Amino acid sequence: MLTKRIIPCLDINAGRVVKGVNFLNLQDAGNPTELAEYYDNEGADELVFLDITASTEKRSIIIDVVKSVSEKLFIPLTVGGGINKLSDIRLMLQAGADKVSINTSAVINPRLISDASEFFGSQCIVVAIDVKTIKDQILTNQVTTDINIDINSNWEVYTHGGRNKTGIDAIKWAKEAASLGAGELLVTSMDTDGKKEGYDLDLIKTITDNVNIPVIASGGAGQLNHLSDVLQYANADAVLAASIFHYKQFTINEVKNYLSKLKIPIRLN
Amino acid sequence: MNKPKITIIDYQASNLRSVQKALEANGATTQISDNPKTISQSDAIVFPGQGAIDPSMKKLNEKNLIESIKLYISNDKPFLGICLGLQLLFEFSDEGKENCLGILKGNSKLFPPDVKTPHIGWNQVEIHISNPLFNGIKSNSYFYFVHSYYALPKDNKIISSKTDYGVEFCSSIINKNLMGVQFHPEKSGPNGLKVYNNFIKFIKDGRM
Repeated sequence: MLTKRIIPCLDINAGRVVKGVNFLNLQDAGNPTELAEYYDNEGADELVFLDITASTEKRSIIIDVVKSVSEKLFIPLTVGGGINKLSDIRLMLQAGADKVSINTSAVINPRLISDASEFFGSQCIVVAIDVKTIKDQILTNQVTTDINIDINSNWEVYTHGGRNKTGIDAIKWAKEAASLGAGELLVTSMDTDGKKEGYDLDLIKTITDNVNIPVIASGGAGQLNHLSDVLQYANADAVLAASIFHYKQFTINEVKNYLSKLKIPIRLN
Repeated sequence: MNKPKITIIDYQASNLRSVQKALEANGATTQISDNPKTISQSDAIVFPGQGAIDPSMKKLNEKNLIESIKLYISNDKPFLGICLGLQLLFEFSDEGKENCLGILKGNSKLFPPDVKTPHIGWNQVEIHISNPLFNGIKSNSYFYFVHSYYALPKDNKIISSKTDYGVEFCSSIINKNLMGVQFHPEKSGPNGLKVYNNFIKFIKDGRM
């Protein structure tokens, strides 16, 4: 039986692992190579690296990190941050990544999703979506497209590491990304991220109900039941977590044993 | 032969380095190549997979690799296809318009709509018939899969394992020295490394 995946996420800033709250107040959380090896030994099902301050001049730093990490890693590695074109994807795969995650560039240029999945295969293309609950519904006079927020929208897509509002409805964008050829969606709730009070179950459930590709839930893991809730009730295929693992609140093994006891299909060592 | 020389075929859209380091971790000498002559002189071929059918077949065609791969296999030399590298051995795939290599009878099909595609993650491999790749590996061990299509061989006797995802599909084949796996051993932790180790042993045993 296909198992649910437990994925530690390493946010990388200038070659170090960092962790913030609601995408702000970054704190140092360790060396990426050491952490990656540690998680691999612990039984992580995959790893995700997000280069959170990606820019052209810093591009070579993440490539070096990916190279050194992947040398010793025999589980899948997804790398995201600052990937704008097919040649960026090729570079990451050459450095040792198995998949790439695209976020801002996919919103700006949705054709990147279809071009990339056509060339590299869907399985290689993860579309990351950063989402915030819409509190004050103000429909501005943006150019109206099919995926813009409307009166029924609950969640809005943000880009540029959560800094920019887009006016795009998160559920419509998830469906659009899937139909363009994304292999997986990595959905982060900016409202719950770093707060350790649980994943946004409504958001994740609405997305898993609306697409037929795997969904990785992200943002808010603090207790073991947060992970089981999002896997069982929101039907996520994988859970991403950072601080609970980096600060050794729980080991991967503890998480897996807990989920396995609840009869959630899990790969145990 | 202490260190067999294994060629990993480069057709531009694959996770070559991952495959290479998994083979090297098991003591093989490897080279990544798209040169038909290099291929013919190798002790074994690994045909890695990731990517899509049509661009891959086009690349193989451009590089004049199709005939040399077919010749290599018809000479019964050790060959391991991985993921797309397994699917390309068959006649065609629902994924693309191009013909595949047609070395084995059968085709590749998309998973049914009641399961999410791609099939991504760790799934169990139930061993059906003996395949040297699985020496020392228990049936129903977990391996890492990432694919939307699966191979459907005409000849059931070559299916060495099956995996359940909406359908029971063929997750590995063996036909004498020709082997293929749908999962990614290079991404499947210790079990996956064992598969490469077994392949290298097989090359040494068969040639000594």
